[in-house]
Amino acid sequence: MRLTDEEQAMRDGKAGRARQWAIEHQIKVGTYLGAEDFVPVSQAHIMADTESLGAAGVEWLETMAKLPATERRVAIPTITDPRGTDFASAHKLKHQPWMLDLEKRAIAAFEALGVLMTDTCINYQTIMPPVRGEHCAYGDTGVVIYSNSVCGARSNFEGGPSALSAGLTGRTPRYGYHLDEHRLATLVVQTGYTPRELNEWGALGGLVGRLAGDYWQVPVVVGLDRVPGSDEMKHFGAAAASYGSLALFHMAGVTPEAQRLEDVVPSGVSLRTHDVGEADVRKFQQSYVKTVDNAVDLVVFSAPQLSLVEMQEVAGLLDGRRATIPLLAITSPQIKPDADRMGITARIEAAGGTVLAGMCFYQSYAREMAEANGWKRLATNSAKLTNIIGGYGYKPALLSMEQCVDVACAGGKLA
Amino acid sequence: MSKIFHATAGMGRKLQAQALVAKDGFSARYDLDRIKGVFSRPEHKLAGESYVAKVLVLDAAKGGVATAWMLYEMQSRGVMPAALVLNAVNPIMVQGVALADFTMISGFDCDITQAIPNGATVEIDPTGDRPFIRVL
Repeated sequence: MRLTDEEQAMRDGKAGRARQWAIEHQIKVGTYLGAEDFVPVSQAHIMADTESLGAAGVEWLETMAKLPATERRVAIPTITDPRGTDFASAHKLKHQPWMLDLEKRAIAAFEALGVLMTDTCINYQTIMPPVRGEHCAYGDTGVVIYSNSVCGARSNFEGGPSALSAGLTGRTPRYGYHLDEHRLATLVVQTGYTPRELNEWGALGGLVGRLAGDYWQVPVVVGLDRVPGSDEMKHFGAAAASYGSLALFHMAGVTPEAQRLEDVVPSGVSLRTHDVGEADVRKFQQSYVKTVDNAVDLVVFSAPQLSLVEMQEVAGLLDGRRATIPLLAITSPQIKPDADRMGITARIEAAGGTVLAGMCFYQSYAREMAEANGWKRLATNSAKLTNIIGGYGYKPALLSMEQCVDVACAGGKLA
Repeated sequence: MSKIFHATAGMGRKLQAQALVAKDGFSARYDLDRIKGVFSRPEHKLAGESYVAKVLVLDAAKGGVATAWMLYEMQSRGVMPAALVLNAVNPIMVQGVALADFTMISGFDCDITQAIPNGATVEIDPTGDRPFIRVL
């Protein structure tokens, strides 16, 4: 990689040991992925729940946090993905003291590095949506795909160490979705079906992700009959990123870089085209229902964190009813105070639900929670969560939000 | 000499170990019970198999960003594959391998999951201009 004088100085240690480690890490990664140089970034977003970090990762962070302040503090606004617990409700989830201790240690280390503990995966809705063309270093797949696709920003998947590196150096290797040539479509998904519910948007996203198949593919969706809203895009994108490891999609006539199909499919270029319809979406969902034998142990709204509007919808579905199995509604720390102030939290909790903030279900020691609480079968309206949670020993059912609430109020029985 | 399959990129050290091969993806969070050292995702083609000390020959890096931290965490406990060999990587896999000082090669002109027999002893050399894997 070509280095500027400033980058070479970091590599030589002149900006301190943290930045020296960071830029060396970035050079190693960038070289593997064919980056010619670095691009300055405006924001970094670090995923670092302690289930992923483990004790070894926390100790590594603490070593960084002990460096002198001038060496260790991030150079650009740097925020965080959800934590591995909600301290206020950890006892309800049966999180153990060692988990909470690891989280507290990780938080202290990040704060010493100057990181803003936003603890959210929906920063594009609640913190600072990026601008079209803005280069960023985002560390959550749902954040990356939404920011790239809906906002027209430019980020690759930046895992924890790389996002932290970007925070320290103010730059990231220029490869992948920072480059114009990688933002054109590589396949077309033709659909005559426009979903209505969030689980259906997630199912469609999951199907598109599976069809695309790897990080370097960029699908363009054609045939929707209206513009999806932000929460719909959130569920679609999160699922596409989860099922296909995708970082960018286009929707012809909707997303900013594909106002016309020809903007992302140059003339004369023939791309493989797939047809996806309502029957495919129903079949996808049904594949995640038949595994639970008509009953679940809990309902989880998470992955991504709920917007204020989603929280209001959950509350509305619960009004006058009682959940008789655990129902978890997980939102961001930015939205929770508004939900409290507007009485939304109280309505969910009056119906027996639990509102959690700043965490994500599958990033919060999900296997240990299952064992401690006797949870085996889970209902959710998040296609992303259904994709991930099986590896933690759960059997997931993908239902609509309304069906999830119905199930919670029916003792876990599916109709 | 057995056939050599050259990769477009590599990182790490030379080694020899037994290959565990499947036409399926890889994500440390989605697919593994990292305590027991087995593939835990029920739909995965290697579900129930131990990955410890094996060269994992798989199709594409899948899923989220957690693998970037998780390989380092797995390495600290010694419950770890020997190396990763993938048709297609994503940045997370590269970042995780870099932090963990692990071994990976990727990008072939064939489907490497069809070229390497499951259970074969393989040699991997990521260090030269042309990283490679070959069956011993």
